[in-house]
Amino acid sequence: MDDYMQNERVVSENRDKETFSEYVGEAVFTLVAVLAFTTFVLILAGAPPIDAYYHIFKGSLGSWVKFTHVIKAWIPLTLCSCGLIYTFRIGLWNIGVEGQVVMGAIFTTFALRLGVGSPLSGIYLVFSFLAGITGGAIWALLAGFLKTKGGVHEIFAGLGLNFVAQGMVLWLIFGPWRRPGVASMSGTEIFPSELWLPYISSLRLSPIGLASAFGALILTAAMIRHTRIGLYLKAIGNNPNSAYLFGLKPGRYMLIAMICAGGFAGLAGSMQVSGVYHRLIPSISSNYGYLSLLVVMLANYNVWIAPVIAFFFACLNVGSIQLPMMLQLDSSLSGVIQGTLVLATLAVHAWRRQVRKKGRVRRS
Amino acid sequence: MALELRDIHKHFGNVRANDGISLAMAPGRIHGILGENGAGKSTLMKILSGYLHKTSGEILFDGKPLNYTTPAQASRFGIGMLYQDPLDFPVMSVLDNFMVGQSGILRNRKPVYRKRFEELSRSIHFSLDPDTPVTALTIGERQQLEILRLLSLGIRVLILDEPTTGISSEQKEVLFSALKKLADDGRNVILVSHKLEDVEALCDSVTVLREGRVSGEMDRPFNTFELLKMMFGEPPKLTARKKVNPGEEVLHLDGVSAPGGRTGLSDCSISVRAGEVIGLAGLEGSGQDVFLRVASGLIQPAKGSVALNGNRMTGKDYHTFKASGVTFQPASRLEEGLIQGLSVTEHCALKDKRRSPFVRWEHAYRTAQHKIKKFQVVGSPENRVESLSGGNQQRLLLSFLPAKPKLLLLENPTRGLDMESVYWVWEHLDEYCHGGVSIVFSSSELDEILMAADRILVFFNGRIIEDVRKEETSSLELGRAIAGKLA
Repeated sequence: MDDYMQNERVVSENRDKETFSEYVGEAVFTLVAVLAFTTFVLILAGAPPIDAYYHIFKGSLGSWVKFTHVIKAWIPLTLCSCGLIYTFRIGLWNIGVEGQVVMGAIFTTFALRLGVGSPLSGIYLVFSFLAGITGGAIWALLAGFLKTKGGVHEIFAGLGLNFVAQGMVLWLIFGPWRRPGVASMSGTEIFPSELWLPYISSLRLSPIGLASAFGALILTAAMIRHTRIGLYLKAIGNNPNSAYLFGLKPGRYMLIAMICAGGFAGLAGSMQVSGVYHRLIPSISSNYGYLSLLVVMLANYNVWIAPVIAFFFACLNVGSIQLPMMLQLDSSLSGVIQGTLVLATLAVHAWRRQVRKKGRVRRS
Repeated sequence: MALELRDIHKHFGNVRANDGISLAMAPGRIHGILGENGAGKSTLMKILSGYLHKTSGEILFDGKPLNYTTPAQASRFGIGMLYQDPLDFPVMSVLDNFMVGQSGILRNRKPVYRKRFEELSRSIHFSLDPDTPVTALTIGERQQLEILRLLSLGIRVLILDEPTTGISSEQKEVLFSALKKLADDGRNVILVSHKLEDVEALCDSVTVLREGRVSGEMDRPFNTFELLKMMFGEPPKLTARKKVNPGEEVLHLDGVSAPGGRTGLSDCSISVRAGEVIGLAGLEGSGQDVFLRVASGLIQPAKGSVALNGNRMTGKDYHTFKASGVTFQPASRLEEGLIQGLSVTEHCALKDKRRSPFVRWEHAYRTAQHKIKKFQVVGSPENRVESLSGGNQQRLLLSFLPAKPKLLLLENPTRGLDMESVYWVWEHLDEYCHGGVSIVFSSSELDEILMAADRILVFFNGRIIEDVRKEETSSLELGRAIAGKLA
């Protein structure tokens, strides 16, 4: 009853099967549009665009070390994107993914703090992963309950919970988990290296992180294609009312989708703590949650295209960090570029959908 | 203005929805396009209205070829179409809807449009209050609103797609006299229908389509038998159902009142026995919709109790009702029945009873093939349900009915289907009756109710005002009851 009446048509994204060439054409166009937007902003800011792009390229793919930085950004982006595939599939806008990354990081830090000084560091590392996944899942489940039981739209619930999670990080860093003597924005005390995710020392890159990202991709693809849950998510996402009459419980599967999304986001947060920063810092999520929303939308909700788009964003993200320094521009510029990117992708996305809608009317 | 369609082809993949259709329509006349479901009527009209693109062919206006690609461009040439489902904005008022697509952005020109609205309504005797929200209107009234809007856009060719489905007989009279008036004013009126009686009552000439081609044309006076032959090849026959004696009580409603729909349901006490076929008659939205949803657990009664097989079910949800053998099938096939975007195979996979974590695609595909064959669905397992025609969607829905239900609650099970499909549906449902299943169905067609039901409940304004056995009543008496006039 609840399920039947409450689920007004949630945003049902059109996941039309399109031909591969159509998709590639659109993707190329999107990239061109994004570049055009960004160029415009660079010119406005007085930066020579060609130089700027050169530095972005050099800053991201110019050396093996730079490349590993890109991969370090790609891992959490890909993990979050995998999670979001589930929620988009059932028609939920899981904006709360950002807070779910943060909660994963908090739970991981908590688990690792217990392991400081213990000889069984490996066990604590595994435990910290599970804690991170749980943290993200709990946070997502909260938004899910607010949606299914309280009728709060998941975007508002997610946004609110994002603020709460961010507030909690700051409170922990400046309160209970502050460094002995000084509490500072630089975060909690660094964990001893036994509690770091094992990494290849020459590249400072963790194979476990990389493996988990690929694992998440394969798992998600298999879930969507071959499991009943995958089919149910799609059915409910396309029409919750019919799905209910088919005997499915939309509310329950919305919670399941949220748990999956939160779990992957939490794992991403976990990697940020144990694999990248080795402590909890205020900007632990690096906005990868929000960015992954764009990644998935641009990838047209496709599991295999998402990692490619994620790689592109990771390059831009890493490459633009040093841009202000290299071109003697104000350091806020990289923020402006990121914002422009977001805007450009959203604009192109909306436009593309409209075109496709028209196309579909024509074809039908 | 003389309108001519010349050799129109429309192919969807390898399906030829229109296969070389030519017809001419003179102004000042009402022209009927008749044909069973899937004959290509809607496709042809959607091409004429600019909603679909023809594969080849020409549209000529007074001998000049016209080229347009959108409904907006078509309306600039004076062509407007009233679709089967009203395309309005329910939360806005009648007047606001009327202004959509024609008023400027900056100036508030409501008074001007109010005046225009009232003038137009008066000229064709529609009585709509410009200030009511569209949500409060019946389908018939929404249709009137859409006609007024099209007229104010200055259209000279008005296309109506199955306009008499789901409207009351009074509204039908108002509509028909308005259409006659519009034709007398020199407009082209095109009526698309599969209902012979409508076409015969209204049209001056008719073109019959069959399988994407013109199968015949006729001017008034019409020969019904000839028209039927053009539509179907041969007039269909219906076999009479064996009488089944009602068994134990299956469903019992006691003093139930419930919200929902246009009127809600007030103080309803009824009992349904095994093997009974009950037809719910009444104007669209007189409480039949709420009744069916209360009986299936989709709407909770505010007062009174519901019992199934003697067990109290008040407060239980649809899934619990379903477990007790109740199946509900909604009228809106794509909104509540099937899932848009999913293929036939995926629907079958959803229905797969085996509880395993993985989908058995192979099995689902074979099930889909089997159903398609058994239920004579035109389509393939990979087809998405929205690409099937209405009749085929209905066949598919029927194929999903459980094998051994106790009670089937069907909302307008044959809405929008041609007679042949209607008979097919009932032949299929009759098999259930022989197995002792009770069927409760609503229909806007009195003929269908008189044909299929053993017992008839007439709804008026949220109440059951008559409960009779078929033998004890007549279409005249029922018609009066539907209008709220009890003898």
